[in-house]
Amino acid sequence: MTQEQQEQKQIRVGVLALQGAFAEHIILLNTLPQVSEAVAVRNAEEISKIDALVIPGGESTTMALIAERSGFWPALQEFVRTHPTWGTCAGLILLSECITSGGTLKGDQKLLGGLGISIKRNAFGTQKESFEAGLHVEGLEDAKRLFPGVFIRAPVIDEILKPEEVEVVAKLEQDYGKTPKGTIVAVKQGHLLGSAFHPELTHDNRMHLFFVRMAQDWIAKHQK
Amino acid sequence: MTFATPTNLVPAQGAAALSANSEVPQVASFNVKAGLAQMLKGGVIMDVINVEQALIAEAAGACAVMALERVPADIRKDGGVARMSDPRMIREIINAVSIPVMAKVRIGHFVEAQIIESLGVDYIDESEVLTPADESNHINKHDHKVPFVCGCKNLGEALRRINEGAAMIRTKGEAGTGNVVEAVRHCRTVKAEIRKAQLMDDSELFTYAKEIQAPYHLLKETAKLGRLPVVNFAAGGVATPADAALMMQLGCDGVFVGSGVFKSGDPAKRARAIVQAVTHFNDPKVLAEVSEDLGEAMVGINISEIPKDQLYATRGW
Repeated sequence: MTQEQQEQKQIRVGVLALQGAFAEHIILLNTLPQVSEAVAVRNAEEISKIDALVIPGGESTTMALIAERSGFWPALQEFVRTHPTWGTCAGLILLSECITSGGTLKGDQKLLGGLGISIKRNAFGTQKESFEAGLHVEGLEDAKRLFPGVFIRAPVIDEILKPEEVEVVAKLEQDYGKTPKGTIVAVKQGHLLGSAFHPELTHDNRMHLFFVRMAQDWIAKHQK
Repeated sequence: MTFATPTNLVPAQGAAALSANSEVPQVASFNVKAGLAQMLKGGVIMDVINVEQALIAEAAGACAVMALERVPADIRKDGGVARMSDPRMIREIINAVSIPVMAKVRIGHFVEAQIIESLGVDYIDESEVLTPADESNHINKHDHKVPFVCGCKNLGEALRRINEGAAMIRTKGEAGTGNVVEAVRHCRTVKAEIRKAQLMDDSELFTYAKEIQAPYHLLKETAKLGRLPVVNFAAGGVATPADAALMMQLGCDGVFVGSGVFKSGDPAKRARAIVQAVTHFNDPKVLAEVSEDLGEAMVGINISEIPKDQLYATRGW
C-alpha cells in the first residue's frame, strides 16, 4: 500500500439489498480496513448516507422491478451516475447500456446504464453450465495469483460500445461451452466497475479491495 | 463425505477458509450449486403451471419460478398420484422467462430427476407435494449436476437432505392450504433445535445427532454457524405479504409461494405485493401499503380438517 493510499479516508460502502447475495458482499467488505462500515441499502434515505455502492448478484429483473415500484429507482440511478458503483453479475447487467440477448420481459427490462457495453444474459446456458475458473484480473494486488472466478448463470460482455472509455479488466482464460477464450468478463469505466462473476462467493477479497481503492481515488479526485 | 459451507453465508471463521476456492476450472461444484441458492435470497419463488403464469410471475419480480402441472391446492383437491410435469410444459417455461426455472420430482424418483435435469432446469425440488416414489430412500443428489432443494420439518430432516447432496432447504409447511401455521411450526422447530445444539458440548452433540438422526459432522457445523449450513427458504401455506414477511422475520432467507398467488383474486397484484414484502420485511409501513386492496386471498384450509394420510409434510424420511 502506498503512503498516499494509507492517508485516504475510510469510506462507507452500501450494498443494494433489494434481492440477492448482498450479505455475502457485506461480509467481504467488512474485512477491509479501508471500509469504515458496509451496510445494506434498500431506499433513498439509506443510499444518501454512503460513499460507494455495490450491486450484488441476484436477479436483475427482480431488483429493477422492486426499485421501480418502491419509488427508489430515481435516487438509485442518480447515485450510480455520480458515485463509485460496482455491479457483480446481475449488478453488471443493471449497469450496462443495453442487453444484446437473453433478456425477456419482452425487451422491457429497465437498466441503470453507465457502462458503455452491451450484455449477453445467461451466456453460458442454464445452471448445469455454471462453473468456477481462475482468472487474471488487471490491477489486482498480487496479480500473478489467479482470482477464483465463480460464474453462476452468468452474463458476459458482448460488445464494448465506447472503446475509448471502457477498460477491459478480465477475460476468460479458456473456452467454456460455446463461449470462447478471451470473452470479456470484467470492465471499468470512470467510477464504474462491472464483473460477470461473483467475488462475493469467494474468500478472496482482492476484487473488493480493488473496487474500494478505485472508489477512494475517485472520491479524492472529485469531492474536494 | 466432506461438506463445504456455502461461501460467506456467514462471516468467515479464521484464515483457514481463505484458499477454499479452486483456481482449476470446475463445473457443477457444490459452490456453484449452493451459490445459485445464495443468489435467490431475499426473493420469492412462485409456482406456475404454464407460460402465461410464468410471465406474470416474472413481471411481478419473482426471483425464480417452479414449473408444475397443478398447484398443490389442486393436487390436494384432485387426489390421485401426482408426478413430475410434462417436459414440454417445462421447456416452454424455460424458453419464456430469463429467471431461473425449477421443477419438482417425486421423492426418491431419480429417473424423473435425470429427465428434468436433461431439460436444462436450474434447480430440482425433490418434493413431498408429489406422491413419493420411494418410502425409504431419497435421491442421491450428489450424482446430479443440477442442484436440489428439499423440504424439512425439523433439523434432523434438513441435515439428512444436505448429507444426500441438497444445496438448498425449504421448511415444508403444509402446501396447498393457504395456512401459514405449519410453515411457522417447522421454521421455529429448526431454529429451536439449532439453539439447543449450540449449547451442547461434543459428547452431547454425538448423542443429539443420534437422537435427531442427523450426520454428526453436519450437526457440528450447524451448531458452529448458528444457522442451517445452506440457504433456507420458507414454504407451504404463505398466502399474504404479511405471511411472507413473518417467515422472513423468523429468519428464512426467502419464500416459496405455491397456490397462494394464482389461487387468489388478483394474482399479478398479490405477486407484486409479496415480492415487496420480502424485500421490506422489516418495514411495517411498506407492508401496510402493499397489503392494501389485494382482493380475495386464497380460501385456506384448517390443518385439523385434513385427513392425516393427506398431510404432505409427513412424507420424507
